[in-house]
This record gives sequence, C-alpha cells and structure tokens, in this order.
Amino acid sequence: MISIVKKIISGMALVVLTAGFAFAAESVVIKGSTTVLPITQAALEAFMKDNPGVQISLSGGGSGEGIKALLDKGTNIANSSREIKKEEINLAASKGIKPVAHVVAYDAIIPIVNPKNKVKGLSIDQLSQIYQGKITNWKEIGGDDLKIVVISRDSSSGTFESWDHFVMKKNKVTPRAQMLASNGAIVTAIAKNRYAIGYLGMGYLNKSVKALMVNDVVASAETALAKQYPLSRELYMYTNGEPQGVTARFIEFLKSPAGQKIVKKEGFVPIAAK
Amino acid sequence: MNRHTKEKFIKYILFLIALVSVIVLGLIVFSLFREGLPIFKKIGLADFLLGLEWYPTSEPPLFGILPLIVGSLIVTLISTIIAVPLGVLSAIYIAEIAPAVLKEIFKSIIELLAGLPSVVLGFFGMIVVAPWLQETFDLPTGLNIINASAILAIMAIPTISSISEDALYAVPREFKEASYALGATKFETIIRVILPSALSGVSTAVILGMSRAIGETMVVLMVAGGAAAIPESLFDSVRPMTASIAAEMGEAPYRSAHYSALFATGIVLFFLALVFNMIADYVSNKYKQVGSATL
Repeated sequence: MISIVKKIISGMALVVLTAGFAFAAESVVIKGSTTVLPITQAALEAFMKDNPGVQISLSGGGSGEGIKALLDKGTNIANSSREIKKEEINLAASKGIKPVAHVVAYDAIIPIVNPKNKVKGLSIDQLSQIYQGKITNWKEIGGDDLKIVVISRDSSSGTFESWDHFVMKKNKVTPRAQMLASNGAIVTAIAKNRYAIGYLGMGYLNKSVKALMVNDVVASAETALAKQYPLSRELYMYTNGEPQGVTARFIEFLKSPAGQKIVKKEGFVPIAAK
Repeated sequence: MNRHTKEKFIKYILFLIALVSVIVLGLIVFSLFREGLPIFKKIGLADFLLGLEWYPTSEPPLFGILPLIVGSLIVTLISTIIAVPLGVLSAIYIAEIAPAVLKEIFKSIIELLAGLPSVVLGFFGMIVVAPWLQETFDLPTGLNIINASAILAIMAIPTISSISEDALYAVPREFKEASYALGATKFETIIRVILPSALSGVSTAVILGMSRAIGETMVVLMVAGGAAAIPESLFDSVRPMTASIAAEMGEAPYRSAHYSALFATGIVLFFLALVFNMIADYVSNKYKQVGSATL
C-alpha cells in the first residue's frame, strides 16, 4: 500500500517538475515586511497575469522575519521597511550570503486633521505626545479649545507600524485612541470631525482632510524623495547576490513605470516621482 | 428489504444527519481551544481576563482583554435596553391590537429589517448617525457606545419582536376570554394575563436578541470607534471583542502569541454566548407555562 502511495507521489512530483520545466517556471518565495506586503501583492497579481506559469508565494511576518529567512536561504526576496542591520550583514557574511538592496518605493505617512482645524503643523515630539495621550487639547498646540480625539490605525496594520516607527518610537499609543480598520475609514472619520487627528499613507490623501506639516516640512512626493520630510523612508527588497531569472524580472517589473503605478495606487510614493 | 429493516435504515440515516451538526460544532470548539489555549503558557488566565492593556503588537506585547469584554457587554446591555421595549411593545401591538391590514404591513416591514445586511447598517451608522450625534450633542466623536448600541438595537428588534409575537399568539384563547368575562379591559388583559403567560417566550426572545448583539461584528467594527480602554461615559469609544478579532486576525502571524490571544478571546465570547443560552433555558423552564398554555 505504502509503496503504491510513494509511487503515485513520485509520479506526481515528476509530472510537476517536467511541467515546470516545460513552462520554464521557477518558484519564487517572498517574505517579510507587512508594510511592503500590499505593494508586493498587487504587483504580483499584475506580474503573474503577464507571466502565466510563474510560481510566486508571498507572506508577511515583518522585516526582521524576512531578512532572517533570506539568511537561512528560506526566501528569494526579503521585503523590508528598514535597512539591513550591521549584525545581520555580519551574520550573512558568515553564512556566505550577500544581501543586495533594491529600493522599490518610498513610504511617507502624513498626519491629517479636519479642514476646519487651525493647526497647520506639528513637530514629531508634539505628535508623539498627542498619541501618547499627554497632550489632550488643541489649545495646547495653537488650536481651538477642543478636546483632541486621537485616531489611529489598527495595531496590526503596516501603516500603524510605520507610524510607530516614525513617531511613537518605543512609546505606546494611548488606549483611548480610536483604532480604525482602514485608510478609508480614517479619512471619513477625520473629514467629519473637527476634534480629530489621524494619519495615513501619502497615497490616500484627498481634499476632504488637511495634511499637517511635520517639523515645518510640507509632505509631498518631492520632499519625501529628498528625505526632507521626516516621516518618510525607503522600502526595500533584499536578494542574495544580484537577482536572477524570475526574481530579477519581478523586481524589474516593480521598478518599471507600470510597477510604480501600482506603488502609487497602494498609497506609497513611487521611486521615480520626479 | 423488509419494512422493519427499512425503518431502521431510515432511523440511522436521520441519526447520522443530526450528528453532522454536533460533529461540526465539536470540531469548531476543538480548534478554538487548540489555537487559543497556548496563550496561557505565556500569560496567566487572570492577567488575560482582567488585564487593562491590550497592546498585542508592542514589545513586549500585552494581552489584557478586560476593556474588550467591557466593550462587548456595555454595547449589548445598552442595545438591549433600547431594543426590548421597542421589540416587545411592537409585538404586543401586532399580535393583539393592530387591525389585520396594518398587522401584515408591520410584520413584513420588521421582517425586512431583519434582512438588512449588517454592513449596510454599519455604514449608515458611520456616515449618517455618527456626524449627527456629534453635531447635535457637540461630542468629540460620533463613533461611540450610543451609536453602536442604537444600530445593534435595530438589528435585535426583529428577533425580539417576531419571537415575542409567536409567544403572544400561543397564549390560549380561553385565557383572554376568561379575562374579558371577568370584566377586564383590553389593556388589563394584555398586561395581567397575556404578557405573563407569554413571559417565557418573551424572555427567550430577549436573550436571543442579546446573543445577536454580542456576536455582531461588522457594526461594532465600523461604529464603536475601536478604543481598547474601559469607557467612562456612554459617549466614549469602545472595542468589543468581535471587532478586535475581526480587525486583527488577518495580520496576526500564524500561531503567534497574538494569534492565539485572538482565539482565546473567541473562547471568552463562546462562553458568554453559552451563558446567555443557559439563562434562556433556565428562564423558559422556570416560567414554563403548564396546561394548554405550554409553548
């Protein structure tokens, strides 16, 4: 019985292998940052449509997990929302792995308020104090005498992770903060509430809300790319050595105008925005 | 096949079919516990149930779900307070007072209300009720307990109303006739005779309405505001358990502490629903009508 099962399985494997070679299919594994996940997912769908037969599997887990997997040869591409750390480079060298960085997009987070709010800009420190629940009234920071309603994204979203990274550092968001499930819900809530402050990925900004300056810098694709705007960072894909085959084609696709259009659509800043 | 074996055969087939739902429930409960219990290797039961801080993704993570439990209970309680009078009184009107034409109209409208998808009601709460609440009462936010409870009440009314109505219909005609014969008015008959005889059915209706409210997810996800803190007023935002599970499960890494904490939250919800059902059972047994009034 067992031998029959074995035969069937090996037969199936053979079929899969030959079929794979027939279509020149190569399976690519992508792992890592949840911030980069939505871009990768959307790009992947477009890429697979143009390249039938290509096998790409994608999972999240966070930047650290992705890089760890790259070092363990468990993934072809490691998505990361931060640069690779010194220790990770050292560890990679000891394992004979050469991480190569590819910047695929910029992430810029914008604090927003209701258009009726008088406040024009805040410092990162003020934002942090507001989100920690230490500043509770708009008059403390040059606005009207109104209670501040803190609106945040759910703690498991990539945007929350970015906000946490840029603004909160190691501090916790006050439990009184409203946690909303999407960028769209944030815009709706802020557009209708002059007490509220929220934040979103740059691509989701629209006229119904007012973007705040951060440390006196206006958020725009230009200031984000020039690294003047403080709440922006590069998003990376790391590969082991220069990418080959499908991996290379996928990264190329993501960097191409078509790929960057997807980046913009997902709420991030394209690398060639100039 | 002779008649006897055929009977037996049919009996076992039906038994197996009945068994399916039991097995499905058993498997769901099993996987709920299998995925949820590992969290208690990391934190104690008391810290989980009574902890005040829910920071599942910070370093180190904190998994206190008391604010979530309070959130679920408070919106359920307030929505019950709103829905019970509306549901029961409309059932009385439909069952006892309304003329035949109106009866049909009201009944079908209430049934239509039951058919509204919860996401539609949630959207209504978010786009219409929240700004209105906020402006009318000059509140910091319209996404709060009152808003969520009002929307949940709208969802619970059809359940409460239609089950209560059935209970009222089931009150035997002789009771009413005896009451009128003794010279009671219609109002006295309804309040003193019909409603008490239908009490067990009405209570079951109320508790089923409450279970509907506590298990509802979409509405609270959209209009309760999602703040994981114990509320200080009815205009504060809360984060009911269902909303937390729905919002976070998609992003929680498989079998991480966060993942099993969410399943454990599901276990707590499961027990709450169980308690509601047991109360419903107890009430309907305690006030069981005997004789011809048995439901």
